[in-house]
Amino acid sequence: MKPVSRKAATWSAFLLLSTLSMLPACKDGSSGEGDAGSANSGSSAISASAPTEPAYGDALVLGTIGDASNLIRMLAGDSSSAEIAGMIFEPLITYDKTLSEFEPRLAESWEISRDGLEISFKLREDVRWTDGEPFDVHDIKFGFDTIRDPSTLTAYAEDYLQVKEMRVQGDHAFTVVYEEPYAPALGSWASIMVVLPEHILKDEDFGDTKFSRNPIGNGPYVLEDWTTGESISIISNNDYYRGRPYIDRHRWRIIPDQQTMFLELKGGGIDLMGLTPLQFKRQTDTRTFEEQFAKYEYYSNGYTYLGYNLSNPLFKDKRVRQALTHAIDRQELIDGVLLGLGTTTAVPYQPGTDWVNKDVEPWPYDPSRAKELFAEAGWKDRDGDGVLDKDGAQFSFELITNNGNEQRLKTATIIQKRLDQIGVKANIKTLEWSAFINDYINKRRFEAVILGWSMDPDPDQYIIWHSSKTGEKEFNFVGYNNPEADEVLEKGRRTFDKTERKKFYDRFQELIHEDQPYTFLYVPKSLPTVHKRFHGIDPAPAGISHNLTEWYVPTAFQKHTVTR
Amino acid sequence: MNGWQRALKNRVTVVGGVVVAILFAVAVFAPWLAPFDPSDIDASTILVGPSAEHWLGTDSLGRDVLSRMIFGARVSLLVGFVSVGIACAIGVPLGAVAGYFGGVVDTVVMRFVDLMLCFPSFFLILAVIAVLEQSIWNIMIVIGATSWMGVCRLVRAEFLSLREREFMVAARGLGQSPAKIIFRHGLPNAMAPVFVAFILGVASAILTESGLSFLGIGVPPPDPSWGNILTEGKATIEVAWWMSVYPGMAILVTVLGYNLLGEGLRDTLDPRLRQER
Amino acid sequence: MLRYLLTRIAGLVPLLIGVTFVSFLVINLAPGSPVELMTDLNPKAGPEVQQRLEKEYGLDKPLPVQYWIWVSKLARGDFGRSFQQDRRPVLDKIKEALPVTLALNVMSLAIVLCVAIPIGVYSATHQYSLGDRATTVFVFVGFAMPSFWFALLCILFFSVHLGWLPISGLRSFDHNALSDVGRVLDIAKHLILPVCISGFTSLAAMSRYMRSSMLEVIRQDYINTARAKGLDERTVTFRHALRNALLPIITLLGLSIPGLIGGSVIMESIFAIPGMGRLFFQSILARDYPLIMGVLVMSSMLTLIGNLAADLMYAVADPRLRKR
Repeated sequence: MKPVSRKAATWSAFLLLSTLSMLPACKDGSSGEGDAGSANSGSSAISASAPTEPAYGDALVLGTIGDASNLIRMLAGDSSSAEIAGMIFEPLITYDKTLSEFEPRLAESWEISRDGLEISFKLREDVRWTDGEPFDVHDIKFGFDTIRDPSTLTAYAEDYLQVKEMRVQGDHAFTVVYEEPYAPALGSWASIMVVLPEHILKDEDFGDTKFSRNPIGNGPYVLEDWTTGESISIISNNDYYRGRPYIDRHRWRIIPDQQTMFLELKGGGIDLMGLTPLQFKRQTDTRTFEEQFAKYEYYSNGYTYLGYNLSNPLFKDKRVRQALTHAIDRQELIDGVLLGLGTTTAVPYQPGTDWVNKDVEPWPYDPSRAKELFAEAGWKDRDGDGVLDKDGAQFSFELITNNGNEQRLKTATIIQKRLDQIGVKANIKTLEWSAFINDYINKRRFEAVILGWSMDPDPDQYIIWHSSKTGEKEFNFVGYNNPEADEVLEKGRRTFDKTERKKFYDRFQELIHEDQPYTFLYVPKSLPTVHKRFHGIDPAPAGISHNLTEWYVPTAFQKHTVTR
Repeated sequence: MNGWQRALKNRVTVVGGVVVAILFAVAVFAPWLAPFDPSDIDASTILVGPSAEHWLGTDSLGRDVLSRMIFGARVSLLVGFVSVGIACAIGVPLGAVAGYFGGVVDTVVMRFVDLMLCFPSFFLILAVIAVLEQSIWNIMIVIGATSWMGVCRLVRAEFLSLREREFMVAARGLGQSPAKIIFRHGLPNAMAPVFVAFILGVASAILTESGLSFLGIGVPPPDPSWGNILTEGKATIEVAWWMSVYPGMAILVTVLGYNLLGEGLRDTLDPRLRQER
Repeated sequence: MLRYLLTRIAGLVPLLIGVTFVSFLVINLAPGSPVELMTDLNPKAGPEVQQRLEKEYGLDKPLPVQYWIWVSKLARGDFGRSFQQDRRPVLDKIKEALPVTLALNVMSLAIVLCVAIPIGVYSATHQYSLGDRATTVFVFVGFAMPSFWFALLCILFFSVHLGWLPISGLRSFDHNALSDVGRVLDIAKHLILPVCISGFTSLAAMSRYMRSSMLEVIRQDYINTARAKGLDERTVTFRHALRNALLPIITLLGLSIPGLIGGSVIMESIFAIPGMGRLFFQSILARDYPLIMGVLVMSSMLTLIGNLAADLMYAVADPRLRKR
């Protein structure tokens, strides 16, 4: 789980954009809304007319709002770096396109011991780094030791620090041993964090190596060129063990302004970008656009919420929080802010996935019920000034969010109006991201906040909701504390059996729903659009980029001839 | 014929003055002029073009653009006037003191001015605004606090020449206190260029605010300013031209008006530039 | 003259120290922290990482100590390393962004000079004429346009509607495959819009300055003398008046030196150009203290040098000042 990327937050409203390509986006493949998940603009003129053969060649140009910083994955927190490093390095295992199972990559097989304490991986023997050196278990061991080394400045050590011991067996097998059963463990190996070439890096100063901007990987692509602030190009890896990808080159063009990026898309300067709801609905419904581009829509893996500081007397009573939820018309938010391209949710799980407790329905929008609940909690408009009061104090609070994120601002504006109608005064304050996090969220100096989380495929949400995680800088910053929720969260992360595990999280969702520490506002859709010359796109719960190496452009439609 | 009368003869200046006056009136009478509540959200009328009901169309939350523009005039002019007011409140006394006393006082003040001028002004504004709590007052304070140096130099220069003039020398001879001399005799005679600088400053401040809005650090919504309406209009420039054309034109015309007025006045009030006809 | 120069240079030192001090203070008093952004509300980052980062960045030391360390490094020409995830030397980052910004600004300054001086001369010699008014309005329209709006309108018209120019960026997709001349032309094509727009929006100051300077000179006795000698108006204007009227422009040029390295975030964002403006803005958002300080020191140094150069040139050019 990550908060929605800082770049998106600071630069513009478009939170889906920068995380578009690599982060899994989610929806139920079978039961989504209408034709969600498929190209919604009818079949492509190109692909419909003649079935085509995959062909090598051409280039995919992507727009991104921010430059990458460091291609050593464990040292980079920004989404651009993560996305590009993900094309250059190969993970041990990976989530499949439905995000429910794992697929082999560098590890051809793996096994979890019956007690859940040990995971053994067997590595492929035919993988080479792009400098020709063979890849083996010592590289993983090196990465693993490095990420756990206290002198490594990484933000991602936690998962690997759970491991008690790593046993290397020969050159192509290893076992990791855990103290206690840890259900999210396998998910933590579905990443490129610890995949690093030992032979190059062992004598380097890890914090200051040319490798970070000029990496040697073992993935489908090789870094070709990086012009700071302007563009990054990767070129296909001839020796990629799963076969050379069809598209010869990917280039990310760094275009900070969303409007410019959209003009570039229409002008043919880029081939793929995430659209805003407005662009999706009102600017791409033309014939010319739909002849050239395929548009996709599926639920993103993030949700936006209104969080209450539960240590504030105003929000201590759960009836008050329920009342606030009843007073906010979430469908209106979706219509107004997302132009309908999103859905309501009652729980912090991706709509349509297996983990969602289907019996928990979002509280309805019901102002009169809200008033009742407020009255039960003692809040009434006694002095007739239009604002609820109790013991002489008005129901008035400060609603903060970060600046530059237009969707959140609009959300705040609409909420403010709805609350005003039932006698609750919300004063909106916007803050610059760094100050917002450091001085307000971390220090708990807020009353209510609008923010977003993006979600992992794994259901473990211990870090966000467990009562032990309320310390300064920890993520249960609303201060949620429910002993029963603590218990199911603890049990959930110790249980490997999926059916068994789901019971814990089902209960957890009921508790969250009842307690309403957050009002869950909406899950927006991801709205990527891709030029129609690209074939082989397979929209799935994981989004459209899970099979990038299989995309191709039929020879007749190739646009760029690439010099290799 | 004095400067003011001459100014009235210059048609460009008059046009500028009229524009300024009209906008001033709009800002003052905003609540009576606006047909709708500028913060009235309506999800059913998102981005609807100009019509008989909404003369300038609606924005992406269904609010009436005309009403927002009218209230935006208020906010934008407020930002302009208050921030330049702050700049003058700092710059004028400092400049007067430096020019009047000269010597060490002058050196210290002018070094300070140099120091402030070392920071490229937009850099400084960015650095401060980006990290302060985003509020209209902070924006005005920062714009003011980073733009007083010009006025300060101007006033100092005036005082350097004024203090040798007979009436100043005479006042000193009569033993009047420096404060009295500066405020009673000096400032009134130095006001013409300050007035011009004030008018030009308002125009710059309005532009600065629109630039800050573009970067997401201008006047925070839901308060409408022309800058933030225009910024929102930028995202909708191809689907809802009314969202960018009207605020864009409003800024253009206003800033132009202020500049023409200011320049016209400078032209006629400054004896070195005057042409006798 | 030499003494004058030395005093002036000596006077720069305290100013520069003042600049570093003020910027250091402002930055460190501002809310937010670089460590926070590196970990960025990432649930996987424990508090230990943040402490380690603080230590690595030297943020655990008291402010005066931090300042001292930074200044003494600076004295040795070491600007330090960026706090951002790439941890690259500040100087490298500035060196990457500077050429683009410099090129863009020098070109637009050249355009401004080429257009503003004739406009200034014309409107001074034809004061209050229709042409004077028209050019006045024209230059102020440039000034009064909110730059991002104007830029976007130009892109829509010239790049999207007419298709004459590229929309954004500095290079086409096939840039590397082009010949040397082709590459230069390619970049030139990408720079046309940003250069012209920033030129147009900054015409006003220069042309108005030129106009008043010219007006002032025309009133001088020696011009009248020249006229009285029967020289034709053209010779008087260009031979005698213009030369003297250009003098103050030197000052203005000196003053625009720091502006040359200060890129505009707005233009750079719209046109996707990786220049100084974006570099600085991002460094603020990231609380990248060494980079912020580096850019500020660099630009204030240039400002001071620019001022000095302007004064010197003026002193050399104007005999009245030489005596002082």
